[in-house]
Formats: sequence, structure tokens, C-alpha cells
Amino acid sequence: MKTLKLAAAGALALSAATITSPAQAEDLTLCWAAWDPANALVELSKEFEAQSGHKMSFEFVPWPNFADRILNELNSGGKLCDLLIGDSQWIGGGAENGHYVKLNDFFDKEGISMGDFADATVYAYSTWPKGTPNYYALPAMGDANGWFYRKDWFARDDIRAAFKEKTGRELGEPKTQKELLEIAQFFQGREIDGQTVYGAAIFTERGSEGITMGVTGALYPWGFKYENTPGKYDMEGAVNSPEAVEALEFYKELYKTATPPGYTNAYMGESLDAFKSGQVALAMNWFAFFPGLYADPSTGGEKIDFFVNPPQNNEGSTLGGQGISVVAYSDKKDAALEYIKWFAQPDVQAKWWGLGGYSAHNSVLNDPKFPESAPFAGDFLLAMQNVKDFWQEPAYAELLLAMQKRLHDYIVADQGTAQEALDLLVEDWTEIFQDEGKL
Amino acid sequence: MSEKTVDRVAGATPVRIARKIRGLSDRAIAWIFVGPTIFLLLAINIFPLIWTVNLSFTNFKANRINRAVEYVGTRNYERILNDPDVWLSMQATAHFLFWTIFFQVLIGFTLAWLINKKFRGNDLWTTIIVLPMMLPPAVVGNFWTFLYQPQIGLFNYVVAFLTGRDPSSFEMLGSVDLAPWSIVIVDTWMWTPFVMLICLAGMRSIPDYIYEAAEIDRASKLRQFFTITVPMVLPFLMLAVLFRGIENFKMFDLVVQLTGGGPGSTTELASIHLKREAFEKWRTGYSSAIAIVLFVTVFGLASIYVKALNKVKER
Repeated sequence: MKTLKLAAAGALALSAATITSPAQAEDLTLCWAAWDPANALVELSKEFEAQSGHKMSFEFVPWPNFADRILNELNSGGKLCDLLIGDSQWIGGGAENGHYVKLNDFFDKEGISMGDFADATVYAYSTWPKGTPNYYALPAMGDANGWFYRKDWFARDDIRAAFKEKTGRELGEPKTQKELLEIAQFFQGREIDGQTVYGAAIFTERGSEGITMGVTGALYPWGFKYENTPGKYDMEGAVNSPEAVEALEFYKELYKTATPPGYTNAYMGESLDAFKSGQVALAMNWFAFFPGLYADPSTGGEKIDFFVNPPQNNEGSTLGGQGISVVAYSDKKDAALEYIKWFAQPDVQAKWWGLGGYSAHNSVLNDPKFPESAPFAGDFLLAMQNVKDFWQEPAYAELLLAMQKRLHDYIVADQGTAQEALDLLVEDWTEIFQDEGKL
Repeated sequence: MSEKTVDRVAGATPVRIARKIRGLSDRAIAWIFVGPTIFLLLAINIFPLIWTVNLSFTNFKANRINRAVEYVGTRNYERILNDPDVWLSMQATAHFLFWTIFFQVLIGFTLAWLINKKFRGNDLWTTIIVLPMMLPPAVVGNFWTFLYQPQIGLFNYVVAFLTGRDPSSFEMLGSVDLAPWSIVIVDTWMWTPFVMLICLAGMRSIPDYIYEAAEIDRASKLRQFFTITVPMVLPFLMLAVLFRGIENFKMFDLVVQLTGGGPGSTTELASIHLKREAFEKWRTGYSSAIAIVLFVTVFGLASIYVKALNKVKER
């Protein structure tokens, strides 16, 4: 009798649980890189928790291990992440390997229009195959590689006079890549307030994506193209064009003549450290860090200013940023989609920008007050008009590592010439695309 | 004495189990004891090895599970032979292996010889000397990265003090010429104490009467060293070399922390290259073939070495 009662109570509890499950509060895990905007997202998500009843957990992985850690998770069909703000280059692999949920039907059902987001971000963060209306992510965080500099040093009369004497022109934000090099070289080894300072902190990291992200900041303004004909993978003459060779030689000169000693394996963290410690006059980094830099008590505020990656033959900035996707292996897809629906709302996007996240929503970007809302907001808009991204193919990791090796070999390890480095890169990439059956 | 122990163990066995065992042959009981170990060995070592051999003949990519897997015959192995990156990584490994073992044997043996001289505080010195090998490699890697920092690093300042050069005029980790030596220095610093301890064990196992007999025969200290100490410590030393050789052939963590394989690919050891192929480029089939080549190389070299070691022991 006792057993019968227990069984009845168990069955009742089970049926109650089944009935209430659609509205049941879920514990959602969102995976992203560990950096400033991630903290802003934690803050923003509290509103979602209050509205939906779902609980948000976060798995933030440091950038150097982000790709390794998360791609391992996806490739093994792991259920760690319900939502993933994955790097833009992962979209091809995410879509073709079935890691990401296709969002078209959900967008149609919920009235979410990709037309409400900046075109460049939709193209880069959401679509696969590129430019087709097949969406695997919602643009979450617009980003590009930009520059910042010591405004207080640039304003000093003695420094300005010395610069004019040396170059014959006024010291100011560089209008071209070559002017940037000239300014960086001017500051290299200069004594300022009794301290030796250096020109520029740039990306030279070998292990993940650092040196590629830095060098493309020079390649794009020189007119670099991945293919002669988009979609044909005909790289000979494009990747190793004379302009690309010139850009690569330029970056090597910048590295050799205008960076701090020991700067052989530097990425985001090292760039921020070099600038905040007062070592360098200029530094490159992602716009995502600019709110934090501006707020820094020692080198922020009136001491810092920002500029978009300077043009050379044309405008061009390296694309950063990510879209937010629902992971196909998640058991909580409905709740994860709820989060995306909530995140896509214009008022949430406005709050996102207010907290330090870079919204890609047109209602935020097209607001007349936007360019004045932060010292770097205008530059961000400008950069996003001319961004270019690395390959987003499913074989992106192989393509990226090949480029990392060729660039580091030439720039840091002094092996071969720029022409040889790019010729070898074309060979590497050709082999990879042949393996992929695309050539 | 041992019989008593056997009786005690037999007495302690529960009657129910004892009754079941009583009917089994010695061979069956042996299998009961050895079986779990063999099963684990097969499951954890042998099966993955066979599976890796199988994968090495395919174009499988672990990140492309939807793609059809094709058998490509010996193509992966042919590719390894023609891949300059593999050969460069093998060269870097050989450089690292040779010089670390050379310095560790030289310094380790010398330290053991000095420590073996009975002097006041030699236990304290032994403890101090073995400290580096007690640290985790990741900590050592980070720690030496700071020491090698051109602007604030102690190492550069010491070298600058001794040579009169500007500390920031050279980069141990960023220079193609110096980076291979920088990893040799750190590994030597960390693992010389291990070689020293093994040599010390060898030296302390030499009975005093052998030296006393040599003294009576009026053998000089130098002769005693070369005819007693060195030959009797040699098997120990060879064992230390075997351990260090195998460890350094698969060296990964320390070098990744220090140089990440750079600058360029100057310090990209075989294990780092393998990791990049397997878990960054996701060429599972190709990297399986590299793993098999490395396995055969280490296994082959170790087998030859162990035979030589046995011959030395027999002498």
C-alpha cells in the first residue's frame, strides 16, 4: 500500500513537471571571450533574467584559448554552451558542421529583420554562404581594429616642435599608413619626462590570430584581396600582389623600427599594457577595449584620443566582432531563442551600447546623437563602413594558422622576403582548398 | 616468515570468497589478478594506438564529422616525408634534446660529485638545488618569461652587467638565434637536479671499501674517479639520460609558455607541431601519421638505448 502511494505521488509529480516544462525556468549558459564587453553583457543580461525567469550563467574564455576551447566543445557536440558569441570566422564551420541553429524561421516568426542591423555586420557575422539570406547568428557585437594615442604628448609644444623640425609637418592624427609609421618612428626611443618611450604597440602574436589581425590592418588599406574573383579561390596575383608585398614590408618596418623591445609575441593584452604603462605613443587594438581605455585613470580621459585605421591606397579596417548563435547541441534551445529575441529589441540594443557593448542595430548607429555619445563612436562608424574580414570558410582554422606562420616567419623571424612569404601563403591556401574540394 | 604472512592473508580472506577460489587453478587465479590490468592496458593504450594507426591512413578531420572519410593509403606518410615543417620541427627537437641532455649530464654529474663530498650543510644544499624541479612547468615558463624580458628581466641585466651590453639590446625569446638556447637554459635549470639526484644515488651506492682498496694500491684521486666513480655511476647516468630523453622528446608545456614555438617556427618542437596539426588545424588523419612516426622513432631509439644500458650493466 505504501509502495502504491509512493508510485502515485511520483507519477503526479512527473506529470506536473511535464505540464509545466514549457514555461519552466532554465539555466542558460552563454559562452564568449573573457574581455571588457563580456562584463557589460553580464550586467545587461540581468534584465533578461528578471523578465524571463531564466537564469543566465556565463563561460568566458581568455582570447588566446577562446578558439581552441570553444571549437573543441563544438566539435565534440558538447552541451556546455546554449548560446555562443563565436568569432565571425567560425560562421562557415558553425553552419556547415551543424553546430549552429539556422535562425531564418525563428526570425520570420518573431518579426526580427536583418534589415534592422548594419549591413556589414549582417554579412560578416550572420550569413553563410556569405551574403546569402541564410542566418546562423544575430549581430551581437560590432568591432574593428582601430588606433589610440597619447593626446597629451601630441599636444606638447616641445614634442610638436621636434616633430616639425624632423618631418616638416604638424604632429597630429595620421592620415595615411606611412604617416603613422613616421610618427611611430619619431617617438621610438624618445625621452619623455625622464622615461624612454617607444612608437607603437602592434600585434605580433604567433599562437592564435594576433599577427594576422595586425598585418591585415596594413594589407587592407593597400588594397589586399583574398581572391581575384569572389568565390573562385583564385588567389595567385591577389594574395601576393605587389601592393600586398608593399604592405607586408611596411608592417615589418613598423615592427622593426617602432615597437618596444621584446615585442615579439604581443596581442591585445600586451598592447593595452604597453599603452597603460606609458611605454608607447600609439597602439592598435579592437574598438571593444576603447571604453575601458577612455575610463583608465592614468592614461585615459584627456590623455587619450582615438582614430580609425588610416588609409593608404584605400580605406580599410580589419573586422572584429561577433554574432550570437544558438548551439545545436543545447537542450534548452527554446530558452536560448528567447534570449536572442530579447537581445534584438532596439531598447535593449541601446542599453547594450550604453554599457560598453558595440551594438550593430541601426536604431543605435543611425541615431544622430551616436557620433557624439563617446569619443570613439564616430571613428567606430567610419571603421565599420570599410571593414574586411578574414576567410570565413569551414577550413578557417587551417587558413589562419598558415597565415600566422608565414607572417611570423617573415616579420619576426626574418626568414625570406615579403614576396616569398606571400607566395608560400598562396601555396598553403591552395593546398587547403584542394583538400576541401574547392579547387 | 613469508609462510606466516601467507597463512595470515589466507585466514583473512572471507570464507565465501575462499570457497570459490579454492576450486580454481593457479593459472586461473593469476588471470584474475592480471586480467583487469590487461583490460585497462588494452582499452587505454593498445586500442587507441591501433585506432591511431587506422586514422593515419585516412583524411579524417575531427572538426568535420559530416564529411565522408576516405582511405588515402600512405599519402599522409609521404606528405610527412616531403613536409619541410615536419623536418624543421624535428631539427628543433634534436637541438633541444642534444643540448639539454649534454648540459644536464655535465652539470648534474658535477653537482652530484660535489654534493657527495661530505661537508657541513650538504643536505640543505641538496634541498635548495632540487627546488626547481618541484615547480610546475607552466610556472617555470611564466617565471622565465619575465626573467628574459629585455627591459625589466633579471637575466638580461646580469648578462649586461657581465658583458657591458645594453640589457634591451638582445631578446632571448624573440631572436631566432637565441630562442633555441633560451629554452635549453630553462630546461637545464629545471631538470639538472633530477640528473644530479640519480647520479648521487649511484655515487652513494659505491661501497667505501673499493676506494679504500684503491688507496692501498696508491691509485691517485683522478684514477679513482675514472676507474671507479665513472664506471659505477654510468648505468645510473644512462638511466637518467633515458628518462630525460623521453621526457624532452615530448616536451610541450614549458616551451609553449616560453616561446609558443616562435619566433616564426624556430622553437616549434615536434610535440608542438603535432598539437597544432591535430587540435588547431584539425588534420586528424595527417596528425595521426605524425604521431605514429614520432612513436616509432622514440620506441626505436629507446629500445636500442635500453640494450646498450643492459650491456653496460652486465660489465
